[in-house]
Amino acid sequence: MIRASKKEKCTFHFHNTTVNIFVGLFLSVVFSNHTAKSKKTLAKPGVKNIVLVDGVRTPFLQSGTIYADLMPHDLARAALQGLLNRTGLPKDAVDYIVYGTVIQEVKTSNVAREAALGAGFSDKTPAHTVTMACISSNQAMTTAVGLIAAGQCDAVVAGGVEFMSDVPIRHSRRMRKTMLSLNKAKTLGARLSLLGSIRLAHLAPELPAVAEFSTAETMGHSADRLAAAFGVSRLEQDEFALRSHTLAKKAQDSGLLSDVISFKVPGKDIVSKDNGIRPSTMEQMAKLKPAFIKPHGTVTAANSSFLTDGASAVLIMSEEKALAMGYKPKAYLRDFVYVSQDPKDQLLLGPTYATPKVLEKSGLTLNDIDVFEFHEAFAGQIMANLKAMESDWFAQTYMGRKTKVGAPPMEKFNSWGGSLSLGHPFAATGCRLVTTVAHRLQKEGGQYGLVAACAAGGQGHAMVIEAYPQ
Amino acid sequence: MAGVRALGSLSRLTTRRYNLTMFPARTHVNYEIKGDVAVIRMNDPSARVNTLSVQMQREMTEVMDEVWGNSAVQSVVLISSKPGSFIAGADLNMIQACTTAEEVTLLSQEGQKMFEKIEKSPKPIVAAINGSCLGGGFEFAIACQYRIATKSKKTVLGCPEVMLGLLPGAGGTQRLPKMLGLPSAFDVVLTGRSIRPDKAKKMGLVHQLVDTLGPGLKSPEERTIEYLEEVAVEAARGLAKKQIPLTKEKGLMQKIQDYVMSYPFVRQQIYNTVQKKVMKQTKGLYPAPLKIIECVKAGLEQGPTAGYLAESQNFGKLAMTPESKALIGLYHGQVTCKKNRFGTPEKEVKALAVLGAGLMGAGIAQVSVDKGIHTILKDTTLEGLSRGEQQVYKGLNDKTKKKSITTFERDSFLSNLTGQLDYNGFNKADMVIEAVFEDLSIKHKVLKEVEAVIPPHCIFATNTSALPIKDIAAVSKRPEKVIGMHYFSPVDKMQLLEIITTDKTSKDTTASAVAVGLKQGKVIIVVGDGPGFYTTRCLAPMLAEAVRVLQEGVDPKKLDSLTTGFGFPVGAATLADEVGIDVAAHVAEDLGKAFGSRFGGGNIEFLKSMVDKGFKGRKSGKGCYIYQPGLKRRDVNTEALEILESYKLTPNAAISSDSDIQYRLVSRFVNEAVLCLQEGILANPVEGDIGAVFGLGFPPCLGGPFRFVDSFGADKLVEKMRKFEEVFGNQFTPCQLLLDHAKDPSKKFHK
Repeated sequence: MIRASKKEKCTFHFHNTTVNIFVGLFLSVVFSNHTAKSKKTLAKPGVKNIVLVDGVRTPFLQSGTIYADLMPHDLARAALQGLLNRTGLPKDAVDYIVYGTVIQEVKTSNVAREAALGAGFSDKTPAHTVTMACISSNQAMTTAVGLIAAGQCDAVVAGGVEFMSDVPIRHSRRMRKTMLSLNKAKTLGARLSLLGSIRLAHLAPELPAVAEFSTAETMGHSADRLAAAFGVSRLEQDEFALRSHTLAKKAQDSGLLSDVISFKVPGKDIVSKDNGIRPSTMEQMAKLKPAFIKPHGTVTAANSSFLTDGASAVLIMSEEKALAMGYKPKAYLRDFVYVSQDPKDQLLLGPTYATPKVLEKSGLTLNDIDVFEFHEAFAGQIMANLKAMESDWFAQTYMGRKTKVGAPPMEKFNSWGGSLSLGHPFAATGCRLVTTVAHRLQKEGGQYGLVAACAAGGQGHAMVIEAYPQ
Repeated sequence: MAGVRALGSLSRLTTRRYNLTMFPARTHVNYEIKGDVAVIRMNDPSARVNTLSVQMQREMTEVMDEVWGNSAVQSVVLISSKPGSFIAGADLNMIQACTTAEEVTLLSQEGQKMFEKIEKSPKPIVAAINGSCLGGGFEFAIACQYRIATKSKKTVLGCPEVMLGLLPGAGGTQRLPKMLGLPSAFDVVLTGRSIRPDKAKKMGLVHQLVDTLGPGLKSPEERTIEYLEEVAVEAARGLAKKQIPLTKEKGLMQKIQDYVMSYPFVRQQIYNTVQKKVMKQTKGLYPAPLKIIECVKAGLEQGPTAGYLAESQNFGKLAMTPESKALIGLYHGQVTCKKNRFGTPEKEVKALAVLGAGLMGAGIAQVSVDKGIHTILKDTTLEGLSRGEQQVYKGLNDKTKKKSITTFERDSFLSNLTGQLDYNGFNKADMVIEAVFEDLSIKHKVLKEVEAVIPPHCIFATNTSALPIKDIAAVSKRPEKVIGMHYFSPVDKMQLLEIITTDKTSKDTTASAVAVGLKQGKVIIVVGDGPGFYTTRCLAPMLAEAVRVLQEGVDPKKLDSLTTGFGFPVGAATLADEVGIDVAAHVAEDLGKAFGSRFGGGNIEFLKSMVDKGFKGRKSGKGCYIYQPGLKRRDVNTEALEILESYKLTPNAAISSDSDIQYRLVSRFVNEAVLCLQEGILANPVEGDIGAVFGLGFPPCLGGPFRFVDSFGADKLVEKMRKFEEVFGNQFTPCQLLLDHAKDPSKKFHK
């Protein structure tokens, strides 16, 4: 009934809500089509329908906590096995596996393959790993879509994993050079002279930083500058962060986060909940000092996403195949875009650029979207994007558009929490966003959902998702 | 009576409220009160940058008085509304308008008083700096209690007065030693160098840095200034509430330094060392650095009253020196030569091709790719090309080491460079600059080859130091598109570009060549065609004289010290080595043919014998001196002296004193320069001065050959030349224009 009323609401858009519901109750039988939306469906003739059968994820945990002793492929394995359990999918029915990761563990550089083997998939199923910063698993999913659309596969598992509890820390370049030469040195004298060339400074390790290679600016620093550029205040950021945590807590408590699977961590207890959700108070948050730009910055630990361990996985199929295997798909994966812009001053504006582009591609408007899931890298970044999307000047000056696309209405926006509160294992977030959209569309009765995210390198992504008719 | 009083109080009331309507509105300085903070904004509506002009100072004083008198105001922010300029310095016209040292001293004292009030302000003042903060602007900022600067590339701090033959005359020589300690203060004031924000923070010149912002709801520049203001207002509040301390806890090194400096003999030692260094570098030809030392010393040893007095008096004295006038003249000339007097070209040069990847070709490519011009670098051999590309890479990579660019910027600049051996892509070139060997037949061959492949609009520029452009253009199908672009070596360091037009060169071609040169960051003079154009033509007689001086038995080291002693940055013998003995011989021969005996003097055969022996100057390791890689010390090449022995001349004692030798060298240079103006090779004396100083190292303290004639006196110069003429003949015959000036002392090249 909720769904029906929704349809009618849009047909008689001049009525107010109460009337809508009233009319909806009585007329739903008569008006059963989607005339309200710009488009009834995004299905295109001659184009294969590609569906999300289901999606799962491990609980997202703050790095250095319960997952601390694992390896990245262990987490990926857990997500893959969880997906198998959830869908009951025969392991050999999978044609291909694509996985995303950002910080690579050098021992498992093709983490997709290692995890698939470890998760008991057929060794006849090929797997490859993709990387595109925070939109790595979006890239994994769209790669899967491409493989199916091209007719090469019917069932593909896509996912992403990030493990920040352990990152590759290297010897300095000088030290590495000496060590490599040492391998080649033939005589004792040569080896000794090489060893003698080592200086104390060569022993200083190289730590990976969440910084742009091209600009050497850390992402938090860039986010702070972005927030300042759009005049986003500290208060606005803290409020948004608090909203994220509050909504996430509510969603967790009401059991809405059904994509989370339980995971028995070797040597530890079974984990079944995200552990970064911590609704605080504005007063508590106001006490924090800026984390990147001191002393006048506005981005703090409390209004930024935290370092997270986690993995996610989704099962993507052609609609025919899914139905033939007896599945009831959750959603159609429709149009998607990738965008990129200046990695210095527009590093985190991906959603602003990607949203109007993907809407245009689909022939939809912002009003057609019932569910928005945006990746929350920083509260300041989200607020800046919302302000950019709401600005005609920005659209005209920087995007070459006639008018703004408009900001999503907050009641439809990240209403089950986001990366700020649930956590952000870089390469695992994309699948979480898509699965959440599918679940929210089912729960809330909408038809179209939109995923958008920014990524390091000044890149961005957006995808339109259509609810699968219930 | 009562009525008058009432009116008086009314007007007082209304002035406060309706300031703008009652009095002529202030145009340069205004302010807004944000809560308890007064934000004072500066904006000179008539100029690109803010300067401390009379108007600016008057309005600033008014505003400061209002702010100090307003009890609602607890603290102050001082900011510029101009993107790219806080205050670029004092108004030079204001100083130049003064006719006596006393007037200038008075100006200095007014500035000192104003900044003293700023320094003693009971309400903390925050200088919010975005863009150039130089000279008087810098002194203003350091008088404030707190400084916040943006990290913008345009933000620079410093006191460049010394480069204009002046000193920081508004308290700079007094405040800096206290802020930075003696050694750093001397470094800043004596070099006049620009200090970037991050360095300024490290030195303690600024307290806080603010990032520049990218696109937002306003333009990045506008929003960055707004952001700076927001941060500064917060800081001002913090200062007023004493949440932000004004004095920073001194570090250990600082404490040790202060302790050491508290001993007078240590300070004396520093003064002596600095004095010696200055004398070594300036040969005592520049009075400003010595006066600066004097002022700093007076302040530290005799107290602030004596210090400030010394500063203002010396400032007045310096402003009247010919050195300062010469340097200020050069500054103005440089500004003029950074403009395109030929207008905007029809088509912007976006694709450039450079022929020849030698020292010059690669240098031209380097200064083009880092300005975003797509550049093809073509050579005939793979080895030559590889060497040239390596030169470009090294030039840019050295900048990353100095942190003036990032490695990423280096890579992206290099992506504009295409190295190749063929003419592929020349069909899309907007301009071709050839820098092949200086040989007319090779230049002709190249010109024909290039014209066969380039599009009709493409300009052909030739980089030559002596070959007449019209001779090169003789084989061109489109001589209106042919122009000379004479770069100086090393291209990435030398600021000058001499552009040579023939009578067939079109105005648009000239405009385009100037536009490219300006983009490459060059100071440009545009001269007429002729053998040696302007610069080479002036240099040749001086080098001919230098050779004669050597033949007369003067040691190369002695020759160098005579020329540097006159103010040339590089001695004549060293210069010959730098230019290349072979090039010098080549040019001397060519110009000798063109101009006859006037270009005689030294024996060209001597140069040729040097070349035959392989002594081609620095590039071959031996010339007048012996060059060894990694060794700074240079010894005189004794083999060269042996060659000289066979060309020995007997000096004429009447004209061989040190001073005579100096004037023999300089007068030939100057006379030739004046002749170039007389013949119309030069368009005006300004370009003549700029070309001589920036291209050939004519003593900057003399301001160039034309200013030198003005200040030295054409009559005195002619008198000296006549004396030399008696011995050497027409090489020293003054040209007509010089004679005209000698006859009529009211005639000056510079007004």
